[in-house]
Amino acid sequence: MHKFFTGLAVVVAAVAFVLSPVQSHASTDTFTFGLLMVGPSNDHGWSQAHFEAGKEIEKNIPGSKMIYIDKVNPADRPGVTVPFLVDDLVGKGATLIIANSDDMKDGIREAAMLHPDIKFLHISGDDAKKQDSPSNLANLMGKMEYGQMMAGFAAAMTSKTGKIGYLGPLINDETKRLAASCFLGARYAWTEVLKKDPAKLSFKVSWIGFWFNIPGVTSDPTQVVKNFFDAGADVVISGIDTTEALIVANQRKKEGSDVAAIPYDFLGACETAPDACLGVPYFNWVPGYTHFISAAIDNKWNKEWLWLGPDWKDMNNMMSSSIGFQNGKALSADNAKALAAFSTGLGDGTVDLFSGPLNYQDKTVFLKAGEKATDEQIWNLPQLLEGMKGASK
Amino acid sequence: MKQLIQDIFVAVSLVFGFTSLVLLIADAPVLDAFKNIWLGSFASTMKFSQVLTVWVPLVLCSCGLLFTFRANLWNIGIEGQIIMGAIGGMAVLRMPGLENPALILSLSFVAAILGGGAWGLLAGLLKTRGGVHEIFGGLGLNFVAQGFILWLIFGPWKRPGIASMSGTELLPLKLWLSSPPGWRVAYAGLAIAITALILTWLFLYKSKLGLKLKAIGKNPRAAVLYDISPEGYYLLSIIIGGAFAGMAGFMQITAVYHRLIPAISSGYGYLALLLVMLAGYRIVPIPFLALFFAGLNVGSIQLPIVLQVDSTLSGVIQGCCVLSALFVLGMRQRRKQS
Repeated sequence: MHKFFTGLAVVVAAVAFVLSPVQSHASTDTFTFGLLMVGPSNDHGWSQAHFEAGKEIEKNIPGSKMIYIDKVNPADRPGVTVPFLVDDLVGKGATLIIANSDDMKDGIREAAMLHPDIKFLHISGDDAKKQDSPSNLANLMGKMEYGQMMAGFAAAMTSKTGKIGYLGPLINDETKRLAASCFLGARYAWTEVLKKDPAKLSFKVSWIGFWFNIPGVTSDPTQVVKNFFDAGADVVISGIDTTEALIVANQRKKEGSDVAAIPYDFLGACETAPDACLGVPYFNWVPGYTHFISAAIDNKWNKEWLWLGPDWKDMNNMMSSSIGFQNGKALSADNAKALAAFSTGLGDGTVDLFSGPLNYQDKTVFLKAGEKATDEQIWNLPQLLEGMKGASK
Repeated sequence: MKQLIQDIFVAVSLVFGFTSLVLLIADAPVLDAFKNIWLGSFASTMKFSQVLTVWVPLVLCSCGLLFTFRANLWNIGIEGQIIMGAIGGMAVLRMPGLENPALILSLSFVAAILGGGAWGLLAGLLKTRGGVHEIFGGLGLNFVAQGFILWLIFGPWKRPGIASMSGTELLPLKLWLSSPPGWRVAYAGLAIAITALILTWLFLYKSKLGLKLKAIGKNPRAAVLYDISPEGYYLLSIIIGGAFAGMAGFMQITAVYHRLIPAISSGYGYLALLLVMLAGYRIVPIPFLALFFAGLNVGSIQLPIVLQVDSTLSGVIQGCCVLSALFVLGMRQRRKQS
């Protein structure tokens, strides 16, 4: 027995030695940034776009190193909160934390207060616009409104039934303005290019409740898309982070239906089902990340709110354009040409869709004739627009 | 004693053996994985305090389950009881007109106990009055509670202009349970969990209530001969279980998330079921096993951060622990029989 306990003590001591705490501090010439992603890093959507931008930064900015954690949401990681994860990333040497979801707003504010020496970049929020927000918290967003206008345009140009479905995530200011942008693009194509009766364009929004499917919690996006097609829609535009719309459209296409879909937010999203894909509006986070990470490295960090637009000279330039649109295989050559002309019009200002007369969904006036919306008005769009079906709150 | 050590050795070997196998299949470095889980949970006071935030609700749920298991009831409905506790607590926190934070938090705590207890009572009534087995009744009530919390979050309690599963509006800072400086666990949470452990021990091992529950659990028909009404004690045990679960719900909204979210229970009810089984339905191992499980929960986050291995592996380890424990208990029973 005595021998047994002596042996046990030796084993315990050996294990304790092996497992003894080793703090992993980054070397002084390394700049470590942490990335918190709401979804999986390979979701072919929002989170993957961030993940790949982080990888690109590691290549472009010498000495920069990314540490990350994905699936940061209470359903995937029960009991784990954003401040907990920030503690962890900071413990591993991160001096700048990027939180990639609007859903992390509360957590990142709390973490910014708990770690005043660490820089925080919240994607899609607008805390930095407020006087009383922490000075170490900045915001970044891309002007995806242009991308969604192009998506709506491509959808309406392609649609034969005039029925377009919009697969929305949850209802907030961001999603309302994106859905509205999509509608405005579709309406422009339908009435100004195709010269069709606006009353014959149906644009229906269905919200699932979150940015991706959470079984038992959100509506099932696959089912919602099927419902759109069953109700006569022939193009579905996705506003969620994952590719269900495209997958269902591809299935229906294989079954002989003349349908198509437009996924959202990741350059490579069409690869899931190219034959059914009209194109994808995508975020490119490289320019925004480069701006903030360089500022942090050079000690020039400011509490900024940046809403970066496309590089109209080349929307698909990965170094300069914060949003882009990649045409899909299902977009016809004629429609691609019309889309290119539309994009040029958006870029040179000859096409300005957020201009009056425009009414809100409840028919109250948003913009009078001749009036143009300010960035502030678009950012805080309180409800959907007249002509759109679906809930505004 | 030698036998016990041997049993523990077998159980631990099984856990590590199986987990290592899974890690090898996942092409992950085995020793590094265990090392990182350890470092991620106990390497600093900050980490340890994070572990304690998980430990508190786990201990509370486990205490509640000890009461129901003592009466031989499977309180699967504990998840719903946590949710209803959280809803009860949040209902008070949202009430207009109350100013004193201590008073609001105290009332919220009571409401959480009542919410969890009432949901437990419902499962008990389904069993005693409706003849619905507590497992099925509990499962059904879990679904109802989940539906109810979703309805509240997407409906009457949604944030202005936002309907999202990210939850209700953040509570004002004055309604957050305070933590020691540099720590992440609330004073009140630790105090409540430790008090719960002591009260559970007193009631189950030192009071007539515990004895009667044990009698009913062992043989409800025989208990009737001693004028002990099984139905009444079934209800009492499941109400107490629900009340403890409600306290866990209160901790989740006031000390962890500071709002109501759809996944407010964090699955701690189901985890506590495994934990109590692993503890052999005894109270003494509960705080230690809860610490182990909480450590796994928190530490496993290191797997994706450091090794890019999915942290769901911690679930595999937890499952292995329970299966190994059941295997060893089974072996012991066979030895006794032979």
